[in-house]
Amino acid sequence: MKILVGYKRVVDYNVRVQVKPDGSGVATEGVKLSANPFDDIALEEALRLREQGVAEEVVIVGIGPADLTAHLRNGLAMGANRAIHVTTDAPLQPLTAARTFLKLIEKEEPGLVILGKQAIDDDANQTGQMLAALWGRPQATFASKLSVGDGKATVTREVDAGLETIEAELPAVVTTDLRLNEPRFIKLPDIMKAKSKPIDAIDFDSLGVTSGDHLTTTHYAPPPKRSKGVMVNDAAELIDALKQKGLL
Amino acid sequence: MSKILVIAEHLDGALNPATARCVAAAKVVGGDIDVLVLAEQAGEVANQAAKLDGVSRVLTVERAENAHLLAATAAPQIAKAAEGYSHVFGASTTSGKDLMPRVAALLGVAQVSDIMSVESSHSFTRPIYAGNAIITVEAPADQTVVATVRTASWPAVGNADNAAPAEALSVDAELPSHTRFVELKQDKSDRPDLQSAPRVISGGRGVGSKENFEIIFKLADKLNAGVGASRAAVDAGYVPNDMQVGQTGKIIAPELYMAFGISGAIQHLTGIKDAGTIVAINKDADAPIFEIADIGLVGDLFKVIPELEAALG
Repeated sequence: MKILVGYKRVVDYNVRVQVKPDGSGVATEGVKLSANPFDDIALEEALRLREQGVAEEVVIVGIGPADLTAHLRNGLAMGANRAIHVTTDAPLQPLTAARTFLKLIEKEEPGLVILGKQAIDDDANQTGQMLAALWGRPQATFASKLSVGDGKATVTREVDAGLETIEAELPAVVTTDLRLNEPRFIKLPDIMKAKSKPIDAIDFDSLGVTSGDHLTTTHYAPPPKRSKGVMVNDAAELIDALKQKGLL
Repeated sequence: MSKILVIAEHLDGALNPATARCVAAAKVVGGDIDVLVLAEQAGEVANQAAKLDGVSRVLTVERAENAHLLAATAAPQIAKAAEGYSHVFGASTTSGKDLMPRVAALLGVAQVSDIMSVESSHSFTRPIYAGNAIITVEAPADQTVVATVRTASWPAVGNADNAAPAEALSVDAELPSHTRFVELKQDKSDRPDLQSAPRVISGGRGVGSKENFEIIFKLADKLNAGVGASRAAVDAGYVPNDMQVGQTGKIIAPELYMAFGISGAIQHLTGIKDAGTIVAINKDADAPIFEIADIGLVGDLFKVIPELEAALG
C-alpha cells in the first residue's frame, strides 16, 4: 500500500505573528517557518505503518513556491520515500487544495491519505474532509489512534464528548490530532540520505484544477487586547476581588 | 432575503447548547432560520429546537443511518436539504468541524470556519494564527455560504417563547456504507459541561499528576464549575482529551475562568480569550498567563486551593 501525506509549511508555532499596521496582512517576512505540527504527526504515523509492514511507500505532498524544496527535504530526511512538489506562488484555499490532492490521488492511487487536522496558519480545519467528500471515500478526522488491516482503518477520534471509534474501508482519508504519536527527530545521516531521494515538481497550472478560492479576505486586525489585570497577595484577597466583581 | 439552515447537534436525545449559539449567529444574518435534525428518532431533539428563539421551522430526517451521525452519511443528506438555502451553519464543535467541510465540498463551495461576528450576510470575521489575527472574509453572493460558528463568540438564544412547527423531510440521497460507527467512550460526570459552564476551573502541568488533579475537581465541585486542562496536562495523562482547552481543543467563554499551574502558551490562551474574568494562580511570577489574567496570584496552588476552600466554607 502507498500512503500519501500532506506536508505543509507554516509559520512556526512559537512565533507570535503580528498584523501589519495597515491591516493588509500579517508580517511573515523573515519569520521562522516549520512543518505544520499536525503534518509531522501525519508523516510519523505513515512511517510507522510502513515499519509495521502495512505500507510499502510513503509519499509526502507539498504545495507552494520554489523554495519549498528545503522543507520537503526535511520530510524526506524524516523517512518519506519521495516527495511531490506542486509548484505555485499563490497560497491555495482548502477547497482548491483538496481538488489538487484529488488530482494526485487519481495518479498515485494511494490506499490511505493522512493529513493534519488543521494547519496552524489559517486554522481552517477543512482540507481532509473536503478531499474525502470529493473522492467519495471515508473520512476519519482528529485521529488519536489508528490501526490498519483487512482493507480497513480502525480509528479512534478525539471528539467533544470523549473518544469515538469508527471503521473506514480503504482507501480513506485520516486527519491527525495531537496525541496520535510523537514525531521522531531527524538524524544527521538521514539528512544526507534525503539528498538523493526524488522530489517530483509538478506545475499547479498543469494539473487542470478548478480553483475553489471563493473567499476574499478584505481586512486583517489584531485581536482585541485584554486590559492588564491586578495582582493579589493571597487567597483571602483573591476571594475579595471575586466578590467585588460579583463572581462569588 | 437570506434563508438559513442550521444543523442541529445532539447526543442521546438532547440538543447540544451549541445549536442555540449557531441560531444566534443566524439571527444576525437575518431571514428565515430552519433547524435541520438528522436522527433515527428526531422527536425529542426537534421539540427542543422548536423552542429556540428565532427559529421558523424544524425539519427532521429520520433514518436508521442517523442513529450515530457520521460525516460520510450526514453530509449527502444536508447537501440535498440545503437546496434553496442561502446559508448552512453548523457549530464549530468537533462534530461540526468534521461534518461541515464535507457538506461544502459536496456543494462545491468554500467554507468559512469559526465565525466570530457577522458583518453582513456574506461578510464575517474569523480568527487565524491561533487567534493572533482576526480576518474579515467575504463569501460570494451567488453561492451557498457554508460556515461553522465559533460558539464561544455567541451567547445562546433564549428558548422560552417560541414554538416553531416541525416538518418531516424526505431526502433522496444515496448514503455510503464505507464508514461505520463502532463506539463512543464518554467520561460520564455530573459536573457542568466545560463548553457551557459559567465557571471553569483548569489545571496545567503544575498540578503534577493524575492523583493531584483531584484537588482541582474538589474545588470545581465547591464552585459548581466545569473542569478544563491545558494541553500539557492532557499530554501527561493527568486527564482525558475532552478536557483540553485551547487552539486545538475547546474554545470556551465562561464568566469565570480560574487557571491553576498553567503557564499560558498562546495555544492555550486562544481558548480562553473570551472568558469574562480570568484568574491565574502560578508559582512562576513570569508565567505568560499573568499578561492576560484579570486577577493574578503568585503562589503554590497546593497551598492556595485549600485556603480558598476553607474561605468558601
